[in-house]
Amino acid sequence: MVPDHQIMSEEEVQQLYSLYNITSEQLPKIYHDDPAVKVIGAKVGDVIRIVRTSHTAGRAESYRLVIKRPKK
Amino acid sequence: MPSPKRIGKIEFGLLSPKEIRTMSVRKIIWADTYDDDGFPYPQGLMDLNLGVIDPGLRCKTCDQKASECPGHFGHIELAKPVIHVGYTRLIRKLLRVTCRSCSRLLLSPEEIEKVVGTEDDLTGDVLSEKDIKKERLCPHCGEQQLKINFEKPTTFSEIFVDDGRKIEHKLTPADIRARMEKIPDEDLRHLGINPDVARPEWTILTVLPVPPVTMRPSIILENGQRSEDDLTHKLVDIIRINQRFKENQDAGAPQLIIEDLWELLQYHVTTYLDNEVAGCPPARHRSGRPLKTLSQRLKGKDGRFRGSLSGKRVNFSARTVISPDPNLSVIEVGIPLAVANEMTIPVQANPFNIEELRQMVRYGPHRASLSAPCGANYVIRPDKRRLRLAEGNLENVAEMLEPGWTVERQIRDGDIVLFNRQPSLHRMSIMAHRVKVMDGRTFRLNPAVCPPYNADFDGDEMNLHIPQTEEARAEAAILVAVEENILSPRFGGPIIGGIHDHVSGIFMLTNQLKWHSKEEALYLLKNIGVEHLPAPGKNEGGRPLWSNKQIFSTVLPKELNMVFRASSCQNCETCRRELCERDAYVRIIDGILESGTIDKKAIGAFDGQIVNRIIRQYGMKRAAEFIDAITHLSIRAIMMNGFSFGIDDEDLSKTEYGQIEEVLSNAVNDVQRRIKIYEDGQLEAMPGRTPEETLEMQIMQVLGKARDRTGEIAGRHLGLGNSAVVMAVSGARGSMLNLTQMAGCVGQQSVRGERIMRGYDDRTLPHFRKGDRGSDAHGFITHSYKSGLNPTEFFFHAIGGREGLVDTAVRTSQSGYLQRRMINALQDLKVAYDGTVRTTGGRIIQFCYGEDGTDPMKSSFGDPVDVKGIVESILKEEV
Repeated sequence: MVPDHQIMSEEEVQQLYSLYNITSEQLPKIYHDDPAVKVIGAKVGDVIRIVRTSHTAGRAESYRLVIKRPKK
Repeated sequence: MPSPKRIGKIEFGLLSPKEIRTMSVRKIIWADTYDDDGFPYPQGLMDLNLGVIDPGLRCKTCDQKASECPGHFGHIELAKPVIHVGYTRLIRKLLRVTCRSCSRLLLSPEEIEKVVGTEDDLTGDVLSEKDIKKERLCPHCGEQQLKINFEKPTTFSEIFVDDGRKIEHKLTPADIRARMEKIPDEDLRHLGINPDVARPEWTILTVLPVPPVTMRPSIILENGQRSEDDLTHKLVDIIRINQRFKENQDAGAPQLIIEDLWELLQYHVTTYLDNEVAGCPPARHRSGRPLKTLSQRLKGKDGRFRGSLSGKRVNFSARTVISPDPNLSVIEVGIPLAVANEMTIPVQANPFNIEELRQMVRYGPHRASLSAPCGANYVIRPDKRRLRLAEGNLENVAEMLEPGWTVERQIRDGDIVLFNRQPSLHRMSIMAHRVKVMDGRTFRLNPAVCPPYNADFDGDEMNLHIPQTEEARAEAAILVAVEENILSPRFGGPIIGGIHDHVSGIFMLTNQLKWHSKEEALYLLKNIGVEHLPAPGKNEGGRPLWSNKQIFSTVLPKELNMVFRASSCQNCETCRRELCERDAYVRIIDGILESGTIDKKAIGAFDGQIVNRIIRQYGMKRAAEFIDAITHLSIRAIMMNGFSFGIDDEDLSKTEYGQIEEVLSNAVNDVQRRIKIYEDGQLEAMPGRTPEETLEMQIMQVLGKARDRTGEIAGRHLGLGNSAVVMAVSGARGSMLNLTQMAGCVGQQSVRGERIMRGYDDRTLPHFRKGDRGSDAHGFITHSYKSGLNPTEFFFHAIGGREGLVDTAVRTSQSGYLQRRMINALQDLKVAYDGTVRTTGGRIIQFCYGEDGTDPMKSSFGDPVDVKGIVESILKEEV
């Protein structure tokens, strides 16, 4: 049910940034206390690769930056 | 062009009394507006220092005329402070989190640190009401805190317990203001308030800004009387009460009277700011109409934001009723001459077109007939001055015309215009058409473009806009044109295609094999631009004959190959293909219709398989031509025999009526029998259901089957000679169910999928026995629409019909609101050049648009590639 979440290495992250010509600010976010994040033990500031099965593409990759959940 | 700037921060603050006085140009003390001579009173609400609205007068502040003076604020000194209704929640919060005696936060520094964090490590959070425990002691001065009660709209009170009784002590705005003043800046920062721009005591008004007259102009009625703006009326009230309040105060009036006046002043200031506050009767005009005060000007659909800023009225547009014209092309729109004469396009004069433009200027603004060339309504000189063309000056202006001038010429055939029908729910709600100037007073359009606009001709109106620049026209022609929007991005298929009579007509033309004489063939193909008839299919008695399929094939592209099943296909278990008795197996080989009937599946809007294939193989332009040809051909075909429906088309023969009656009475008896079994307690309940539910399901099933049986009986009698059957089979309109209800039996009426149960005393109507479970007592209609319903049946039918109406009304309003929210959230997203979906700030929403990067409009019903279609068109057979 839950798609595959993996922490990306520093190198991969740099590659990702240069591929899309972005900074970490422009990535989609995910909270540090998200169950999927807790399971793989990612820390705030890590980038996570999520591989989903997609209706349209079959397999789709997306990336999220772990951030701290703001209170309330 | 300046480069776009990133917004660093936005500051929200309050106006301080000092600021209000600084920006004020005049203290207003008189409630009067104009004296008997119609001149504004000095220091009155229409003081000349506040700006001018009467032409001729000059503003005393900036010395400009009415059109140039932007207006200036004044102010009113209030006798006593009053609460600003917009900030009552903030006031309540502040009263609850601060001490009633020392006005400091009711938290010790340690407690604050827990939420806000230390100075070096701020959590970014601010304190809220929840962080403070109720009715505690002040950690700073030890004062016992009291419960603060807030009563809408503006009353605050403290509650304390004395001798076991609860006593409410009202806080005056002055008390509250005194407390606010004492709150230290540092405490405010913890609460998320920046005290430099928003001291909390500024939420209690001591001085009221008076808006410039330019934003509350008075209007002069026909009888010469002045009528003041609602805001001015409200300000008059405030000044009057304020004045009275001051006088009473100075005279040392009793506390009770002072309090009453204070409350009254509070009421007037409240309604001046917002006249729709809960718990406060709205201030009314003498006529009883509620006043439109400050907040009402901004709020809602017709407010400043949604009404004046997001949406505006435009020039170069026209609106009128639409009506159909099947002789137009789908890319055209018929425009009444009266509209065409008013609407213009600016053309810059240059040496190459100046003679042509001179001639237009000479024709002037009055184009008398459709065949006359277009004239011009205005000429714009290089200094931007506009000359209106009229009978007298045509020749003169034509002579003066030089390169560099602009002529606003009337629209004429072939101009590109935008055509729109509200609600504009998708991109195809606005499309660019070519102008065709016509007689009459309505916009005309080919019925094939009705589906994208969702238009019909029961009185619908549509809007027309004339693009004014070359860029706009190019954009309209390349992006918005009808030819570019035949495919819908909603499902990746054609949304423009034959409807109603187009489908019926082409069905009647192509169904089965028929032969036509040369005269008939020419009649059918007259409007399609076919230059030569194909070789005749056969000769009979020396006369050449053409088959109906041959005639249809003339409109197909030569290399088209496809195989599919028509709407009339019954999905038989073993398909007999070319030998299908309904002729539903469509085979087109090399642009020749070999077998099958053309109907909704082939050319209809939303389905049009042939249209779809032509778009993929030959492009949208060819598809538009095909739709034109097919609509013209089908209209001719339907006119060959005529197509109508009358009451006697629902007639059946005696045998059928007998059979229907038998089926229905059997069903009713079967229902009775099952009820009997149930009442005897013999009914075996289905798993997971009560016996009642089981019985209901059985009854619904029996009656449903009975209705279908009557439909079958009626259908046996009514063949393709019946136009309703033609419409149902071809998919043009209606279904066999509609025909069943007209000729056979209307069937069970339902509410929420169940038989009609609602009523008093265990029955639906007093015509039935209490507890009757029979079919007729719960909305089964045995009659047909033709035979007529009896009164109880009619009543049940109305119940069932009402449910449908309510459902549609609820659905449209709900989906409309859902769509509004979706659009607000998504409107600024776009696909970047690298295929990602990004916000305007460059933040990524999707790493690949739709995860597969496919344009849904160019997809084949959602799939990136139409494999089946490509294979079929190469193998020329079904796969």
